[in-house]
Amino acid sequence: MNMKQSFILALKSLKTSKMRSFLTMLGIIIGVASVIILTSMVDSMKQLMVDKFESMGTNLITVSISGRGGNRRVEPEDMLKLVEEKDTLQAVSPNITIPAYIKNNNENQSVNCIGTSETYHEINNIGIESGRYLSYMDVERRQKNCVIGSYVAKNVFQGTNPIGQIIKLNGNSFTVVGVAEEKAGGTQGSQDDRVYLPYTVARTLTFISRVSNYTFSAADKNELEQAIADIENALFKVYQSEDFYNVISVSAIVDTLDELTGTLTLILVGIAGISLLVGGIGIMNIMLVSVTERTREIGVRKSLGATPWNILSQFVVEAATTSGCGGVLGIVLGIGGAYALCSLMDMPTVITLGSIIIAFSVSAVIGIAFGYFPARKAARLNPIDALRHD
Amino acid sequence: MIELRDIYKIYSDGDSEIRALDGVTMTVEQGEFVAIVGQSGSGKSTCMNIIGCLDIPTSGSYHLNGIDVSTMNEIELSHIRNQTLGFIFQQYNLLPKLNLLENVELPLIYRGLSPKEREEKAKIALERVGLLDRAKKMPSQLSGGQQQRVSIARALAGEPPVILADEPTGALDSKTGRDVLDFIKKLNDEGTTIVLITHDMSIAEEAKRIIRIQDGKIISDMPGRRNAL
Ligand SMILES: Nc1ncnc2c1ncn2[C@@H]1O[C@H](COP(=O)(O)OP(=O)(O)O)[C@@H](O)[C@H]1O
Ligand SMILES: [Mg+2]
Repeated sequence: MNMKQSFILALKSLKTSKMRSFLTMLGIIIGVASVIILTSMVDSMKQLMVDKFESMGTNLITVSISGRGGNRRVEPEDMLKLVEEKDTLQAVSPNITIPAYIKNNNENQSVNCIGTSETYHEINNIGIESGRYLSYMDVERRQKNCVIGSYVAKNVFQGTNPIGQIIKLNGNSFTVVGVAEEKAGGTQGSQDDRVYLPYTVARTLTFISRVSNYTFSAADKNELEQAIADIENALFKVYQSEDFYNVISVSAIVDTLDELTGTLTLILVGIAGISLLVGGIGIMNIMLVSVTERTREIGVRKSLGATPWNILSQFVVEAATTSGCGGVLGIVLGIGGAYALCSLMDMPTVITLGSIIIAFSVSAVIGIAFGYFPARKAARLNPIDALRHD
Repeated sequence: MIELRDIYKIYSDGDSEIRALDGVTMTVEQGEFVAIVGQSGSGKSTCMNIIGCLDIPTSGSYHLNGIDVSTMNEIELSHIRNQTLGFIFQQYNLLPKLNLLENVELPLIYRGLSPKEREEKAKIALERVGLLDRAKKMPSQLSGGQQQRVSIARALAGEPPVILADEPTGALDSKTGRDVLDFIKKLNDEGTTIVLITHDMSIAEEAKRIIRIQDGKIISDMPGRRNAL
């Protein structure tokens, strides 16, 4: 009840001396706003990356085989067998990336060529804009068919329908059977600047005929761990060493990203915390001035029966109210700033409730902590000395 | 109920020492109206501050309602100031940021009354000094005499048995000073013990008992004119 009155009084005095209150709160405002802006920037950036990775498919598992391991080797057929055997695995596609040149108006342009099986587009979430993806028959019979990305379609065919047309890759003719949906803004060098071939054909276009990359899809996102383990076990049986292959999932990448951004957030919040500390010192400073200015008031209150605790709580509540108000203003500024900056940088804005709650409670705690010392000074004043003060 | 015995209050700055109170012994019984008179600097305020538990004597004993004040801690002293004593100061000492009602409610807040009870009692006190219609005004909007009446309302809101007034008319013109004094007399008639401090003999003479003080010593203690009537 005495607290409530102190709170109302504190709000009143904030209102009556706006400029001074604002300057007192400035450190807290800046501190809280920067905590919110910085964590929001990191979170937004992380979200952007996570979205990108997850659009590749959260149940995607990438296997790369690095060494030859003597005469031990796995063939695409072995991997297909593995998928059939294990319930945890849904599909697999070998992928062979070969550098290639595509002939466009008598000019050779570089393009990314990927040899895949017929399951690749499903595993990698590649939609088909028109036509179809490569078929089992294309792969089995080594048909010189291909699917092109949206950039290639735009660049080579200039608006005419590419389906059924011929393109020349490294001097070989391929028939376009499908166009993939745009995935990365349709820009040069991106995922849209690609040509997908049957891997059986791609092998013949390069002198490294061994397949060293596979992408798997797990049957169930929740059994990803088991799926990875199944693949690793199979590979270990062949190579007898973990050094010759590497199994990575998008989820693992996302986890690593989580860890990284967590650390980054901590560092940034630590830096912003310094500003909160400076804000707290500012509040302590003003509270000390306020105690001196109001010594007579303290004396009057004591003469009317205020206990030391009454005086202490009055000043602590006042400090906490001041920095709490600063916290609220900082939150408003921080949210505004985060939206402005994120839209400037073309990112989705992510503001977590957690960062708001933490920022606000830290500011209130700072008010209490830094208000305590001046408040104790006030509470300990001798009534008669306080009354005589002017 | 107020018993001072051999009270000394000595301020020493450097080599010289000032004996603000130099062996004061006095007893004030319940229902009395005592005026303490003396020249400026004679030690009147020091005496009242000790009676009011705002200040601590250098030596001597002070019993209030039979209890030795020097054995009380800060919290017990707060309760005494809140429940037993009411103060009226020369400079009113109203809090400028609170309106009249809130000012009068202050001692009731520290007594722990509910908001409703507080407001009721504060309004009764303001009514008594004739300022209820201005309850929501700020102190700065009032004249000196009105402000002093608010401070009287504040002193009596908690119905303390003792009211201590340090030069309550000192800052007022003689007409308003007289009104304030009449009000204090009325309080005494209702049974409140009054200790009034003044340097003005004509005011002191309104009391039932007059204690003269000079250089920290009591030089006379006699009945006032009002008592004789
Ligand atoms: N805090 C103090 N420090 C030093 N001297 C003081 C202090 N308070 C009062 N005195 C001295 O004590 C004497 C009595 O003061 P006071 O009780 O205020 O007198 P009065 O109220 O009668 O005018 C004066 O000489 C005054 O200067
Ligand atoms: Mg005096």
